[in-house]
Amino acid sequence: MTRSLRIVERTKAFFTEIGDLSYFSGRFFKEVFTRPFEFQELLRQCYNMGNRSLLLVGVTGFILGLVFTLQSRPTLMEFGAESWMPSMVGISIVREIGPVITALICAGRIGSGIGAELGSMRVTEQIDAMEVSGTNPFKYLVVTRITATTLMLPILIIFGDAIALFGSAIVENLKGAVSYQLYFNQVFDAIKYSDIIPATVKSFFFGYAIGLVGCYKGYYCKKGTAGVGEASNSAVVYTSMLLFVIDFIAVFLADIFFEI
Amino acid sequence: MKPKKNITSVLEIKDLRKNFGDNHVLNGFSLQLFEGENLVVMGKSGSGKSVMIKCLVGLMQADSGSIRIKGQDITILGQIELDLLRTEIGFLFQGSALYDSMTVRENLEFPLRRHKDKLNMTGHTEALVIEALQNVGLAHAIDLMPSELSGGMQRRVALARALILKPKIILYDEPTTGLDPITSKEIIELMRSIQKKYGTSSLIITHDVDCARVISNRIILLVDGINYAEGTYHELSQSNDPQVKAFFKH
Repeated sequence: MTRSLRIVERTKAFFTEIGDLSYFSGRFFKEVFTRPFEFQELLRQCYNMGNRSLLLVGVTGFILGLVFTLQSRPTLMEFGAESWMPSMVGISIVREIGPVITALICAGRIGSGIGAELGSMRVTEQIDAMEVSGTNPFKYLVVTRITATTLMLPILIIFGDAIALFGSAIVENLKGAVSYQLYFNQVFDAIKYSDIIPATVKSFFFGYAIGLVGCYKGYYCKKGTAGVGEASNSAVVYTSMLLFVIDFIAVFLADIFFEI
Repeated sequence: MKPKKNITSVLEIKDLRKNFGDNHVLNGFSLQLFEGENLVVMGKSGSGKSVMIKCLVGLMQADSGSIRIKGQDITILGQIELDLLRTEIGFLFQGSALYDSMTVRENLEFPLRRHKDKLNMTGHTEALVIEALQNVGLAHAIDLMPSELSGGMQRRVALARALILKPKIILYDEPTTGLDPITSKEIIELMRSIQKKYGTSSLIITHDVDCARVISNRIILLVDGINYAEGTYHELSQSNDPQVKAFFKH
């Protein structure tokens, strides 16, 4: 096969995948509002995804705030602008770094988990068994997981942001003798609704993307253990790319609506 | 086992065709399953047995042909009607297909919680689960996870799950594959006892000749996607046709 033919094939496969993913997304919206509602399974998924990701998000957020502040301090000190540290860190974390880093961590933790779980269920015919028993597996497995990630990610991001700011406050307190009260007063003075609203809105989309791609890859997993591995791996890769695309669009739109 | 001659057909396939690209898997396969009958469909690996059984429950779409279960053509049913009809069919998967994140109890409760009211089933969920597990001799394994069970036990639990909604038709996809000879015999005995107790009609897909000999009222040999031969075990085992002989002569 010549190089140009390979490029054509890959481009075709890429757009086919985008089309399939869009159809999968459309099916989600069609089924999420129709009965029966799987509330029990939704709550179980929310607990699994939210509660079990807290530690990872917390630790990462804490280190992020710590390192960010430590590395920014010398540069700000050069300009005598260390008093701007709380507002700079606060805005950066709330607007951009917190949501993106937390979403990427969740893509790895939750997205790959969903891909592997559904992929394994597909390979071992558990999804077929569910369908044969008269249960809609899309509704039970996919709708609940996508809804859970969409609802849980904003909460995880808020939690991660809070821990990151706390990590930053510790550094400021130890290195710059800034009290916690002063630090957080400056942070909250600097943060505006135009920072919080776009960040919160995009975090719902981040959650949706993580659930959607993980479920899509797992639900249509190819046969065999290699298929499960591929589903899990590609769920993370595709989600990560999608997160940056969503982030770009969100920043672009926020710039239009809020003039940030 | 003597073949039953009940007239009522509970399942009927006519001229079923299914292709995967240039691979013609089913080329006009037909069968009728009568009430209370054990019908065995035999064929080589890759002959289209599993494709046929998946078309039967709507897991795959046939290219053409009709499939009528209890008088309803499943190829034209809507999702809700199809799901309701599926509750009247038990399906034992080749690899058991137990939900591995649930205990044995939860595996059996899963279809029950969803359909108990629709099917007007009486009795507590717990009692129905225990009854189903007692039927397969595994009441003691109720709180175990599927990963804690042996292959034979998993197959029994899967059978209990297939029976939990008291279906009138049971489809077995290679029920003895991957099991040792003793466990295979136990599963076959279990299938017979269940058929006697509940008067179910069974369609059994297998290439296990011993299983076919013990359980079948009638056997259909699936070769090249068509009904190549049909008869009782005794009739087919006496056949001089080389394709049939290849199955029945050890």
